[in-house]
Order: sequence, then structure tokens, then C-alpha cells
Amino acid sequence: MTMKSFPKPSDLPVPAGAEGWEEIYPYYLVFQDALKEQEDAKFWFCDSSHWPTVFKPFETIGGEFAVKCLGQYNARHLMIPNANGIDFRVHLGYLYMSPIPVPEDQIAARVPEFEARIGAYFSDWENKLAAWHNKVKGTIADMEQLRFDPLPEIVPFEDIENGVGKDGSQILLENYDRLIQLTYQNWQYHFEFLNLGYIAYRDFFNFCKEVFPNIPDQSIATMVQGVDMELFKPDDELKQLALLAVELKLSDLFSNTDDPQSTLAAIAAAPGGERWIAQWEAAHDPWFNFTIGNGFYGHDKYWNEYPEIPLGFIADYIRRVEEGAQILRPTQKLIAEKQRIVEEYADLLDAETAEVFEAKRSLAATAYPYVENHNFYIEHWTMGVFWRKVRELSRMMADAGVFEDPEDLLYLGRNELRDVIFDLVTSFGIGSGEPIAAVALPAKIAKRRQIVTALKTARPAPALNTPPESITEPFTRMLWGITTEQVQSWLGNDEDAQENVLKGMAASPGAVEGVARVIMHADELSQIQPGEILVAPITAPSWGPIFGKIKATVTDIGGMMSHAAIVCREYDLPAVTGTGSASTTIKTGERLRVDGGKGTVEILVDEPVLSGPGAHSHHHG
Amino acid sequence: MSNNQFIEFFDGGQEPTLDSLGGKGSSLVTMTAAGMPVPPGFVVNTQAFRTFMHSGLSDEIAEQLKGLDPEDIAAADAASAAIRDIILSRPVPEELANATEAAYAQLQSRFESEVPLAVRSSATAEDLPDASFAGQQDTYLWLNGYRQVAEHIRACFASLYTTRAIIYRIKNDIPDEGLCMAVVVQKMVNAKTAGVAMTLDPTNGDRSKITVDASWGVGEMVVSGTVTPDNIQLDKVTLAVIHEHIGDKHAEMVPDEATNTLVEREVEEARRTVRCLSDNELAAVAQLAKRAEKHYKAPQDIEWAIDADLPEDKNLLLLQARPETVHSAKAPEAKPTGTGYSSSLGFGSIAASLTKISG
Repeated sequence: MTMKSFPKPSDLPVPAGAEGWEEIYPYYLVFQDALKEQEDAKFWFCDSSHWPTVFKPFETIGGEFAVKCLGQYNARHLMIPNANGIDFRVHLGYLYMSPIPVPEDQIAARVPEFEARIGAYFSDWENKLAAWHNKVKGTIADMEQLRFDPLPEIVPFEDIENGVGKDGSQILLENYDRLIQLTYQNWQYHFEFLNLGYIAYRDFFNFCKEVFPNIPDQSIATMVQGVDMELFKPDDELKQLALLAVELKLSDLFSNTDDPQSTLAAIAAAPGGERWIAQWEAAHDPWFNFTIGNGFYGHDKYWNEYPEIPLGFIADYIRRVEEGAQILRPTQKLIAEKQRIVEEYADLLDAETAEVFEAKRSLAATAYPYVENHNFYIEHWTMGVFWRKVRELSRMMADAGVFEDPEDLLYLGRNELRDVIFDLVTSFGIGSGEPIAAVALPAKIAKRRQIVTALKTARPAPALNTPPESITEPFTRMLWGITTEQVQSWLGNDEDAQENVLKGMAASPGAVEGVARVIMHADELSQIQPGEILVAPITAPSWGPIFGKIKATVTDIGGMMSHAAIVCREYDLPAVTGTGSASTTIKTGERLRVDGGKGTVEILVDEPVLSGPGAHSHHHG
Repeated sequence: MSNNQFIEFFDGGQEPTLDSLGGKGSSLVTMTAAGMPVPPGFVVNTQAFRTFMHSGLSDEIAEQLKGLDPEDIAAADAASAAIRDIILSRPVPEELANATEAAYAQLQSRFESEVPLAVRSSATAEDLPDASFAGQQDTYLWLNGYRQVAEHIRACFASLYTTRAIIYRIKNDIPDEGLCMAVVVQKMVNAKTAGVAMTLDPTNGDRSKITVDASWGVGEMVVSGTVTPDNIQLDKVTLAVIHEHIGDKHAEMVPDEATNTLVEREVEEARRTVRCLSDNELAAVAQLAKRAEKHYKAPQDIEWAIDADLPEDKNLLLLQARPETVHSAKAPEAKPTGTGYSSSLGFGSIAASLTKISG
């Protein structure tokens, strides 16, 4: 078989209007002419699961911090024997990754370090994890303290009296730097336990595959997955609020949640409304630090800033409660089923092997829930505060005449922005009050807006260059679902490929038929009708409330442990993840058959099939 | 279904005894109680046999056997014929006849229209040396209507008096007083789909799998290998399908109403290329195999059928369960290879497993 290849970066056409796009990102994020030979020799896959849409320059911060910090734990903290970090580039606005292997001859030497380092964590898991919570929450509390107030007209007399000797601009500069530092800090913490969670899972996974050849990945996931997860807390809060609204007979007040102020005012004024409002307020901290996006984009909307979002979800839950639906997750059933599965597998083993099985399973079950729960603390809570602070800054700067529109900030890289802040500080200090940015930036930002808009017209390539014979890097397989078979299927080398059938990961069991609803962006979520099949490039766990009304989920990217997979198993819904192209192949309204046990999505052709005597098949032009 | 002093339904909920139901009958009741759905039916118990024989028949029979010379084959033949005639012709005590007819009607009431039944003898002492030729393994298939069924219940009774059985008992000095028999009346399977299932992977003995072979019609063609069946492997714990191969299934054997026999016919193209089990049916077959394995505490090789006459959730039938012998005789589980698996906090094994190319 001749190995097909993905395009080289330089083969991909630059969308019209996006010429010069490289200039909007830092030099180290784009492919270099001087490194072309080396870079073209590597296989890069697009991480469109975390970064489904084009980066605005400021937004690369999330990608840079996340992938850098992931890498450091492999390469510098834990000394994973066979995996260093992941190299990454932005190309035509999308993020591409290339895992860095450890040379064969260095693997053995890393093993003792690796064992000592993971041992230090696994043998002291509870304490270290408790400390992690303190560290992360401390960082967030520090971020909340940061203020981006307008610079004063003149230095307050108080400061003169006290001999402060500074004009206040240092606070702006310090707070900006501090915001970036604190965000970086929590991204380092993000991976402190994540790689360990995956390691313990991977170890149990490999053991299961050895003692139970071909055991479905789903079974392994179920045996270590948490049932009551912090990640589901925000959604659970909404369900409780819906149940309370029904109990207090407030349901009718949720008829126009697009107007949250009036809705909340009407509730507060109604009998029993005070109790509901108290519970609503209590849920905010921390659980409404939750985005319908994924935390990586400036346009992500957070529940605590857009109350119409949680109110809309609550209204939907109320409607379902009144239709007699059971909206709470079947937690007891899920726990009992998990227990049954663990016991039945253990019973298949002899006593000695069963003991190892249980030791490995319990390690994975201890370490793995972090993989699910951390997401709330970093992607939602930390990043929610981060973007809120960035918006405070951008509004202040727009008011100070630096930007025409607060959103202009996103078209500057974070280090470019620092220069602009100094420009503002200078114009303030020298008394001109007219930052150079006011004249120097508009054309630049307009150009960048045009480039980003143009880049968005093209979808990313799933991968670049020639793939290796087989994908063996454990994290790539696990986090992104990038397997040898998956890559071959993207290349169209799948020998069993059938027309109208997409293949992906069998991420959550069950088979259903239904009508597709393609959702390219979180803002389109309200279009989903009950009983439809959600098709999306990715899903975010914060889409929680819609999982109660859909029949199944299909995504372009993501593995067994992607958020879509986890949430669907939790909600008992079929899911096929990592299909590569479902969101661009399937059209809203098409009938699908989703088999989450086999990992297939069939587009059903509704043409009637004629059969029987005298019938002949024919096609209508 | 209601039991009475002469009748025990398979699903009548009564604790079976060998004395009352014979080997076959009590095994069918036990299996039904354990959630292994055999084709539905009832047992005419040994009390029924005794009641019938004691209604004057035993004296007449004793008369026929009096002074019989076991070396005189012609005389024994004549006695056998006369006794069988007595058993087949004498009136059945009313109470017994009513009970049997009511049981027949109750069984038929489970189906939309009357279905053919099978009648089989169920011996109380199958391990006796004469059991094999004493008519105790008689089976009569494709019986239609109560009259045929009643006749063949008597035929089972009469089979205790074949010439060979009579001579054997005289030579071995076995008195007729102890003779006893129960009779099983059971629905003939009308298989829409049938096949086998093993509670392991026959290629490597992996006990975490269930392997199913299935084809259209009755299972004979699967067992004899005359069709290529659908072959499906499932995970035993979650019943997820691990892989499946759609066999060609070019022919099927189905009951022919006109002749009351099985006929072979070609399967049309449209049914050849699709799996002959729905997802629900497949899961039910796998569950059934699991229950059989649990009940018999050993890997099983079962024969099953989906009956066209029974309602959807009750149409899967277990026809036979036997222990799987090829792999079960070997070590139960392949031990994992590699090092470090025996230490409970095996960080060494984690490194080993992480660096291995797999999964």
C-alpha cells in the first residue's frame, strides 16, 4: 500500500484576504522558512477539539500556555520514559501539534526518575491534590483582586502628602503582568495532576487489553470514571433551581428568559421568589464561572456575565419537569452499573491476577477523576476570571482612547498589548493624553480583522505532512483520539469504508436513529430541538443542559476521554467521537443512525426501496 | 400456569423432583426457573401414569405377562402387542383426561393460533441399563391437536412394554410394580433465526467474550456447517459488539405446514446480506448464554432459537446447553506476560506498560 500524505503547510492555499497572516502571530508560533526541512519531515495534527476556530492574536495565550505546560510535565517533571512534550505551531489560524518522542536509547535511563516521580505523587495523592485545590483557588482569588481602573486626572493629594512618589500607572502595568503570570501559574498547575491521571488510566488500560484481549475501551473507561463529578455541578445547580421553581410555582415567570433583568425581578417579587433568588445567588460562586465555550476564546460567554444563558437552560428544565421527565442524572443506577462491570471483569480472573487488576483499577480510579474535574477549575473558573479581567482592561483602554472598540484588544498579541499599555501610560504621564495608539493602531487592527475573517473561511487540514507508520505516543492517542486507524481513515485509506458511513471512536454505547442538528458554534445551541442528534466539531461539558434533550452526539475530534465522550456516558447517550469530518459532511435535517458501540454514523438515504415482484429500482434525476 | 396433581408446567414455579417429573421433565423445570427459557410446555407426571395404570390396566397387563417364557419370542411379541393395545385403548380416568386437556388448552392459549407440539418420555431412572431400549427416550414430533397429543402420551406409556423390555425384566427379575414414567409435552420450535453461542472466544479461550453464530431458520444448518452463519463477538460484561462478520446464509430450514417436517429452501438476497439478529435479539442471546454459564458454573456452548410464534420479549429459546470442553480443560486464564504485575503499587509495571506499543 502506498502511504498517502497530508498536505505540507506550504501546500495549503492562503484564503483570499488573509495574505500576510503570519505577521499577526509571534514569530515562534509560525512555521519558519529556515526550518522548513525539519518541520516538513514531522507529522502535525490539528487540535481543532480545543481550538476549533481561528485564533485572534491575543487568544494564542491559551494554546501557548496549555501545550507548553502539558509538555513540561512529560519532559521535565515526570520524565515520561517515551514521551517528551508536544511541539506546536499556528498555521493559517489553527493550532497544529507534533509530539516529540524520546530517542529509543534514552528511554531506559528515564525509567528510574519516572518511577520515583510518579511514586511521590501516587503515594501521597490525597494530600497533594488538596494542596492543588488551595493553590489553584489562591491563584484565582489573586486574579479577582486585580483592578484595571482608569488612570487618575491628577495624582491624588493623599499620595502627595504621603510621599508615594508614583503616578499609579505602575499598578496598571503590574496588574497586567500579574494577570498574565497568574494565568500562566494555573496553567502549570493544570497539568500537575493531568498527566498522572492519564498515566494511571493508560496503565490500567494496557493491563485490561492484555488480560481481556479486545476489551472495549468503553468498559475500561467506565471502570475508572467518576460518577458524581465536579464538572457536572453547574448543570446540577440548574436542575435544582428548575425543580425549586416548579415546587414554588414560579414556572410561568420563565417565559422570556432573554430578558434576564425583568425575569429575575418578577421572580423576586413573586411569593416564594426570595427563596429562589437566594439559591440562584448562592449557585454563582463558583459554579456560574462556567462558559458555553471552552475557555480559550475571548468571545466565550460565561454564565455569571450572561444570566440569560443559565436562565434559558433552567426554563428548558422546567418545561421537561412539567412534561413529567426525570431531569436528575441516574446516579444510583450508574454507580450500580459501574460496580457490576468491575465485579464481573474481576470474576473472570484468577485470584492473583484479580488482585493486580484491582490495584491498577483503584489507582486509576483515584487518579482519573482529576482528568474530568480539573476542567471546571482551569478552563472555566480561571479562564472565566481571566477573560473578565481582560474585558475590564479593554473597556478602560477604549475609554482612554486607545481602541475604537474594546474588542480591538484581541487583535494584539499579549506582548504587543504590553507596549500599547506603556504607550497609554506615557501619554498619561507626559500630559498629552493622546496615546499614539489612537492613530497607529486602527489601520493595523482593521487589517488584522480582515485577515482573521478571511482565515475563518477555510477549515483546517486534519493533519500536515506524512504520518508515521503507526501512532504510538500514548497521550496523543488518549487525549486527541489520534490513532493509526483514525489517520488512515482521514486519508481515505480505510479499506472497509462504506458510502454514507462515517467512522469514529465508539465513545458511549447505544444505537439510535434521528435527525441531525449541526452546531458549529456554542451560540447556535438554542436551535437544537428535543430528540435531535447533535453533530459538532466538538462539544463542551458546559453544554450540559442540552444533553438532556438530544438523542446522541457526533463530533469531529476527540477520543474515549474527550469531554463529549465523558458527558454522553454520564447521560447514557450514544456518542461517536473523532469522526474527522462529521460537522462538514452531515447537514442539519439529515437522518442519521448513530451506533456508539461500533463507532459508526450512517447518513440514511430516505429514498424508498422498492422490492418484490415487478419492482425495479430507479433513481430520480 | 396452574399445576395440579397430574400436571406441572415448566414455569409453574414448583420445585421439581426426579420421582415426579423424570430426568428430562425436571431439568426443563429447573432451567425455566433459572431464567433459561426452554420451549414452553408441561410435564404429565408419574402420578398421572400411576393413576392411569391403576385404573384396572395393571391387572390386565399382569394377566398377559403371567407365565411368559422369556425365550419364547413369539409369545413375548404377542404379549407386547396385546399390552400396547390395552394401554392405547382403555378409557383414561376422567379426572386425568380433564387435567391433560386443560393443560393442553392452557399451553395453546399462549399462541395466536394452535401450534404443533412434541411429546417425549421422561424417565425417572435413566441410568438403569434397560432405559435405553425400554422406550424411555421416545420422542414424537409435529403433533397437531389435543387428540394426537393424548394418543402419543399413551404411546410413551406403552413403550415400556416393547418385547425387548418385557424379556429384559423377566430375565433380570425386575417386577413391573416399580415401572414409572413422566411425559413432557412441549412446543415445537418454529425458528425464525437460530444458532449457537459460546461463553468464551473459541480461538484463544478468552472468557471475557461471548461468541455467537446465527443464521436464518432452525439451527441445524449452523451446527452441521452447511451455511456460513453471521459470526459476532461480544464483550461478556457489557455485551458491546467487538466484531461481527455477516455470513452468506444462503439457505435455511423451516417447518413445512403441509408435511409437518423441515424443508430446506434458499434465502433471498436481501436477507443474506443483513445480520439475522437485531441488536436486542443479539443482546438477549448473549444474556442467555451468560445465564447458562452462571447456572452450570462452567463455560457453556448453547443452542438457541428465536421462535416465530412467541411474543417479541419471550421468543428466545434455549434448546441445549452443554459445557464447553476444549478450553475449559486448560488453565482458566492466560497470565499476563511482562514484569512487575505482582506488586500492588507497581510503578515499575507502569513504566513497562506505558512504553509498550499497544492498544
